[in-house]
Amino acid sequence: MSIALSGVFYTYMPGTPYSREALRGIDLIIEPGEFIGIIGHTGSGKSTLVQHLNGLLRPTKGVVKVDGNDLHAKGAEKKRVRQRVGMVFQYPEHQLFEESVFDDVAFGPRNLGLTADEVSQRVESALERVGLPASDYATRSPFRLSGGQMRRVAIAGVIALQPEYLVLDEPSAGLDPRGRDEIYEQILQLYHSSGMAVVLVTHNMEDVARLAKRLLVMNRGRIEFDGKPTDLFRDETIPLHEFGISLPSVTSLIRTLRARGLTVDDTLLDPGEVAGAIEVALGQKRIGSC
Amino acid sequence: MLLAQDLCHSYCNENGEEMMALDHVNLKIDAGEFVAIIGRNGSGKSTLAKHLNALLAPSGGACLVAGMDTRIVSHLWDIRQMVGMVFQNPDNQIVASIVEEDVAFGPENLGLPPAEIVKRVEESLRLVGMTDYRLHGPHLLSGGQKQRVAIAGVLAMHPRCLVLDEPTAMLDPVGREEVLESVCRLHREEGITVVYITHFMEEAVAAGRVVVMDAGHIILDGPPEVVFNRVEEIRALGLDVPIAADIAARLRSGGRVLAEGIITDEGLARALCP
Repeated sequence: MSIALSGVFYTYMPGTPYSREALRGIDLIIEPGEFIGIIGHTGSGKSTLVQHLNGLLRPTKGVVKVDGNDLHAKGAEKKRVRQRVGMVFQYPEHQLFEESVFDDVAFGPRNLGLTADEVSQRVESALERVGLPASDYATRSPFRLSGGQMRRVAIAGVIALQPEYLVLDEPSAGLDPRGRDEIYEQILQLYHSSGMAVVLVTHNMEDVARLAKRLLVMNRGRIEFDGKPTDLFRDETIPLHEFGISLPSVTSLIRTLRARGLTVDDTLLDPGEVAGAIEVALGQKRIGSC
Repeated sequence: MLLAQDLCHSYCNENGEEMMALDHVNLKIDAGEFVAIIGRNGSGKSTLAKHLNALLAPSGGACLVAGMDTRIVSHLWDIRQMVGMVFQNPDNQIVASIVEEDVAFGPENLGLPPAEIVKRVEESLRLVGMTDYRLHGPHLLSGGQKQRVAIAGVLAMHPRCLVLDEPTAMLDPVGREEVLESVCRLHREEGITVVYITHFMEEAVAAGRVVVMDAGHIILDGPPEVVFNRVEEIRALGLDVPIAADIAARLRSGGRVLAEGIITDEGLARALCP
């Protein structure tokens, strides 16, 4: 049980002057229950890659298998596979369309042909999971909610399909700091409570460093790094700038302090822990200089 | 340069209730200032920005651009030429299939002589560091490059003021740096007045003045060292402070004596290891 890509290439508009190779030989296995972050500069192939995970794009070359089934084999049950891999696009609130929050979230489950009872059960549980209890929100118009809440309704619409893998493309783009914190907090809770695998595409280094257990760095259609966030950000030989990414701001602060002789662990991400470590380092420095 | 006097912007929500997106806002921005505006989604930042080049007209109070009232239709052309806007999504702002043609679009519409247009295009692309890409197709550029082309397109109109509404929201970290750097250079070297709306607090630090908005009001207005020193207040508004200000506040509350107004990594490092 996994999503497996082997030797995947994808070319946009092949055979035209605009032809562009967006993926160039991707080998990747995503296991159930993983929390994976994908980072890289705009145009590095992140969004193209995730659109292969549920068969929205068909590889120019190579194979994508979800739980062992080749997505593009003849007679493949794409519909069932798409149910397993839920996709939340950029600015998903643009896809809201129903008059009430309930109806919007119910759209997917209804199309699965579930009974009315099952539909409302799924809607309620999905809304609960994104922190918008049905008792308060079900009858409201989705268009009167805040940007962050609208986005959570859109996410609820996807998790109501009860996918095993949840793919989110830039879920925090354009949100203010609190909205950003809320959405990531919800995603983390969802991850812990549901056992779903989460694939998170983002430009936000702080959050991806904190949340993801495994990080992929894309560059020019290839995976340049696949490993732990701390390993990526502490390895000074990796040309982050060339890959269009940066250090989390807290890591960059620690580097500045270290350059001035304050030995603070550069794998720390929590500001409280960093402040504690600074006090310890200052104490040691004083003893050392006496 | 820009003056909002008791500026109000009201609209009706779907229940017919009157809502105030801007509620008696008073703001004066002088020529040559670099002002960052921060605030939650829906706090009125973008509405305010749209008043600054008369995309919206006040429902109460007034908005003056270099003394010209935005309510007077005969001023609109002059106002819009003087105040250029850059929006969030670069793809929505690029109209031509070649970079230099895109930048030329504005000046062409001013009816300038071809030699002048060429001069303006060259100068604008140079100012944002995109001269080497002048013959490229915009669709092949990175997000940060596209946004710089969009800025060049505005610069070719010779504005005296740039209003940027979350110009980096859709960019990767390197693209964000490129855009911010270009804006800082335009402010520093060309003396252009900048109004910069952002959700990234590290970007707001680059400004000389930070205006904080909440529910249609201006809540705080001051240099970044002062605004970001009020960590609790900023957090209560649903915003954040730069990491150096956050750590400095934590160290202070742990009993360490630190100067006020630490908002950069270098500032904190200097304070801790003099």
